[in-house]
Amino acid sequence: MLAATVRVTGDIDIAEECVQDAYARALATWSTTGIPSKPGAWLTTVAKRRAIDVARRASTHERALPLLVEPVAAPEPGDLAPPDVIDDRLRLIFTCCHPAIATDAQVALTLRLLCGLTTAEVGRAFLVSEATMAARITRAKKKIATARIPYRVPPLEELPSRIDAVLTVVHLLFTTGHTAPAGADLIRRDLVERSLDLARILRTLLPDDADVAGLLALILLTDARRATRTGDGGELILLADQDRTHWDRAAIGEGIPLVRQALGRRPPGRFALMAAIAAVHAETPSWDATDWQEIVGLYDLLVEIWPSPVVALNRAVAVGLAEGPAAGLVALDALATEPLLATYSYLASARADFLRRLGRTGEAREAYEEALLLSENAVERAFLADRLGQVEI
Amino acid sequence: MAEYLILIYGDEAAFAKADPATGDQMMKEHVVFGERNAAALRGGNALQPTSTATSLRTDSAGNVTVTDGAFAETKEALGGYYLIEAADLDEALAIAKQVPAPTGGVEVRPIRVFD
Repeated sequence: MLAATVRVTGDIDIAEECVQDAYARALATWSTTGIPSKPGAWLTTVAKRRAIDVARRASTHERALPLLVEPVAAPEPGDLAPPDVIDDRLRLIFTCCHPAIATDAQVALTLRLLCGLTTAEVGRAFLVSEATMAARITRAKKKIATARIPYRVPPLEELPSRIDAVLTVVHLLFTTGHTAPAGADLIRRDLVERSLDLARILRTLLPDDADVAGLLALILLTDARRATRTGDGGELILLADQDRTHWDRAAIGEGIPLVRQALGRRPPGRFALMAAIAAVHAETPSWDATDWQEIVGLYDLLVEIWPSPVVALNRAVAVGLAEGPAAGLVALDALATEPLLATYSYLASARADFLRRLGRTGEAREAYEEALLLSENAVERAFLADRLGQVEI
Repeated sequence: MAEYLILIYGDEAAFAKADPATGDQMMKEHVVFGERNAAALRGGNALQPTSTATSLRTDSAGNVTVTDGAFAETKEALGGYYLIEAADLDEALAIAKQVPAPTGGVEVRPIRVFD
């Protein structure tokens, strides 16, 4: 709805006001007339009409209003011509993820404008205050208007260089929702579902792109475990202990062919490899049957093309599962001086687990305590506290 | 349409040490750039090195101090600029990518318009 309105106003701030106006009108109108059969369409129409009014009134100041929107062009041959709504959302995400905008602001803008999160919610998702996030978003919106970052899907020849930023943002959106950095719940369903929506939209735009297929597969296969990741009391259940008969078979069935498509391009991209790792789990009936050597092999390829400390940490954990906790500990300790992992609770909790398995309980306790200090997610903290309680001195 | 200033930054020390052929080559590249983007170009100049610069600073009392050198000492110094006209940032960036800047890079800034 916001995306459709931006197309009319050419200005994100004015579009946001028009959308808010439409909601206010809906509250007033629907209480007497009842809710229309297509409330979403009703709201979009009202917001767009309001935007046209605003544009008419502002026409004398037209030069002062930087246009985000290029004049509507006739469709060119070979255009995919997706439905209007999808088109608008795509334009908006390419604007939000323009390389001229800082990465942290790209994610913030996408959450705010495409996913409709409030500024306070976006701030919470990234552990910064509402004021800081408001300043970051305002600055980015001002740059879009002042520097005239265009509101459009880039032409085909530019897509390959522009798509990666969009996929990175959608992936970050998914990981933020998959394990919320802070808060009472392990999973933020809204963020997960929005990332899934966006990945599907990108696939309609670029059906042959291996990275897009890989990201969609990764989200589907990872999120297929959602129902089994927490117990009845909301407590954390590790991959090892999840009831695999309750994994979402439809999502897995959709994801597996996408992994094959994604791996078809050589060398495979990072999303394809992560999706392949998720696919190994999805197709293995139990934790004990897991082919850890294959998973380590996939992580080896992943570390090569994407040398992120978090990937290296996951690889070290897989090494421990393939070759035993002593080997895992060696691999983890090689990452101990990595500054980006110093405040990352998973390094401490993975060490704690291997130490516990080796019977080094004193050190395991210390590592669990360290992980507890670093985690801000209530569900994870409860799990760590429980494990700490089980480790006898 | 909007105007953008493309500021060209480079390593002056490296440029000073370069042989004449490198200088000629760069000159040629700028000529090619100018011809290719003639429709968008509104102006542009190369600057003398920062060793020829003079900076003026005004303190709170309104006194002006004159000093030798660039306003801010940086490894990569402003060495020239182009003023261009473009429909939007993508178009401006597409032109900026073609600017020869072998020892540094360029910065693209929208020109402010006062009504």
